[in-house]
Amino acid sequence: MNEQAINKDLKIVSFKGGVHPQKDGKILSKKASIQTAPLLERYQVIVSQNIGAPPKVVVSAGDEVKKGQLLAEAAGFVSVPLHSPTSGKVEGLVDIPGPMGVMTQAISILADGKDEWTELPASIDWRNSDADTLKKRIMECGIVGMGGAAFPSHVKLSPPPDKKVDYMIINGAECEPYLTADHRVMLEEPEKVLEGAAILGRAAGVKNVVVAVEINKVDAINAMMEKAAQFNVGIVGMKVQYPQGAEKQLIYAVTRRKVPTGALPADVGCIVQNAGTAAAVAEAVNAGIPLIERVTTITGEPVVNPGNWRLRLGTPISEALKLCGGVKCEPGKLILGGPMMGFAQRSTGVSVMKNTSGILLLDKSDVTQYESSPCIRCGRCLEACPMNLQPSALSQLAEAGQYENALKYNVMDCIECGACAFACPAHRPLVQHIRRLKAEIRNRTKKEIKK
Amino acid sequence: MTSTIILSVLALSILGIILGLAIGLISKLFGVATDPKVDLVLELLPGANCGGCGKAGCADFARALVSGEASPGQCPVSSQEVMAQIAQVLGMALEAPDKKIAVVLCGGDIQQTKVKTLYNGVNDCISAMLVAGGPKSCAYGCLGMASCARACPFNAIEIINGLAVVHNELCVGCGVCVKTCPRNLIKLVPAEAKVHIYCSSPEKAALKMKVCNVPCIACRKCVKSGEEGQFTINGFRVEVNYDNYPGEDIVSKAGCPKNCLLTAAQHLEIERNEEAGEVVA
Repeated sequence: MNEQAINKDLKIVSFKGGVHPQKDGKILSKKASIQTAPLLERYQVIVSQNIGAPPKVVVSAGDEVKKGQLLAEAAGFVSVPLHSPTSGKVEGLVDIPGPMGVMTQAISILADGKDEWTELPASIDWRNSDADTLKKRIMECGIVGMGGAAFPSHVKLSPPPDKKVDYMIINGAECEPYLTADHRVMLEEPEKVLEGAAILGRAAGVKNVVVAVEINKVDAINAMMEKAAQFNVGIVGMKVQYPQGAEKQLIYAVTRRKVPTGALPADVGCIVQNAGTAAAVAEAVNAGIPLIERVTTITGEPVVNPGNWRLRLGTPISEALKLCGGVKCEPGKLILGGPMMGFAQRSTGVSVMKNTSGILLLDKSDVTQYESSPCIRCGRCLEACPMNLQPSALSQLAEAGQYENALKYNVMDCIECGACAFACPAHRPLVQHIRRLKAEIRNRTKKEIKK
Repeated sequence: MTSTIILSVLALSILGIILGLAIGLISKLFGVATDPKVDLVLELLPGANCGGCGKAGCADFARALVSGEASPGQCPVSSQEVMAQIAQVLGMALEAPDKKIAVVLCGGDIQQTKVKTLYNGVNDCISAMLVAGGPKSCAYGCLGMASCARACPFNAIEIINGLAVVHNELCVGCGVCVKTCPRNLIKLVPAEAKVHIYCSSPEKAALKMKVCNVPCIACRKCVKSGEEGQFTINGFRVEVNYDNYPGEDIVSKAGCPKNCLLTAAQHLEIERNEEAGEVVA
């Protein structure tokens, strides 16, 4: 092992609570450089890839498209356009298994093998352009939060005018076990991430731009620290603790500001963007390249060659797994994203989306089925909860159906990180109970509004 | 010594009289007049506080009845005789209400409907729905995790063979279960309607048949063998028109190819037998 030493000048911060699994699985793929996937014959690009309004499809069956050409246009402010991952022919709209377990609409594109670019918009000299030009470009290139939530980036950059924003935090925590995509991007393309960070800072009119990274990525931190001064971006180290990269925890760790209940980061003067997003922003502004591919970690014990791959949107998971040499043994679970907050899948027909940070296969021995037993009041969930909630009490309220009481226990503040359920020795399905409480409460409020 | 006793008895008696008068006076001045009818009606009501009438329990309903905001027929639990008695107390004529019962319109039990994923979470329909839309491959089928059965104040719903089935003799039609079902499969129907189409999926027949052995494929055999207006066609499924429902003989007349047009009794028997492991021909 020739791990690099942590730079002495690095400030190391953290939040209170959280968990860290002993076996975090990053070792499987963190040494694997980013590889670019070969061109496939067919891509199935899921239409609804961003939070907010799904974009409106503007192509129809039989159309010839070029790489980077518009497939669907933004349908509202909280919406982004979608672009073609390669050149070829549109086969039409098909229903494929979606990441949430239900069928979803996708645009099927038959590649012609030429992979020709469409005419891209001109490069922007971001150092001398105004915020609106940059935001417009970021929107037009279809950029969303690539860490998992897929929230349109230009919306985050446009806080209400009465909110004074003074901090831009680039989230390079990658606190989810197993995932190493952002790690590799920061290590291999530090300039792109830093430049993207500086562009995002300029677009939001913010001077304080920092990239926050967990200190298990020393090589990436050192690579960025060398170049950081040139873009006037700070680097902050963070303790290795899940969920260090959750928005509210990250803001607290870096700035010691607490986001109040129901408020947004902009209320405490912060904007958080993912490291992968920053790299995509740099490409969009400098070269006009829309978001049509992303770095995804394909990993897990059953995978023959775990690695980090540059995959185009619409790559079926089955094809992505083939790139890694397939599987050694029958996996117990397929997850999109990380093991803590990712979504279990029932089919390998799902395709890569803008927020697919990882494709994770878990070994059968890691997905043992637990029988949950009554709460033994050990308090470990309280220690683990990064939001200072009482998961044990909330889960009992869920079982008793006491929604009003759950509101008094601030159930809506739960970020569903799963640290409590991970820590629970009685294997209680704490997060699932809380999710149900939240869903019921939202339903009720909706009904009341209707009345 | 004796004088002390007499004095204290006297003092207490006078105090008692004064306080008693004060209480009497206050209750006269500030008292709220309650209708004695409310108590009479409340005694006649079942006291289950099921909320089926739409009020916050039987006491609230009794108040509403006396003040004329509600009619006795709104109580789904009370028998005809009790309603007549209540009507008598209120001095009003009783309008004959239709007794309603609940029915779960899905026949996709664990043998008939495929399961798409292994679900290892909380045994509750609403929780299961939040995980990838539930483990059943039919997105409209009964999840069989007993959210409705637990909510029923009369224990009228049983999970047989992974499917919620209503026991007609126990169901009073309070409608509590209707709200609990996250897939909206439960309907309140007239108790006299014995025949139901046990499928609620609006999907196309081909899609339904991929995931279930007993879906309504809208072949319209039942529509053709019934009288005009007994069924309504709603997209890719047929529904019983509960304002003009067919008799039990429609089941044999129509010969539903997918076995989803059944009487409630047949449906219950099929599920019982399947659970016991017997194959129904």
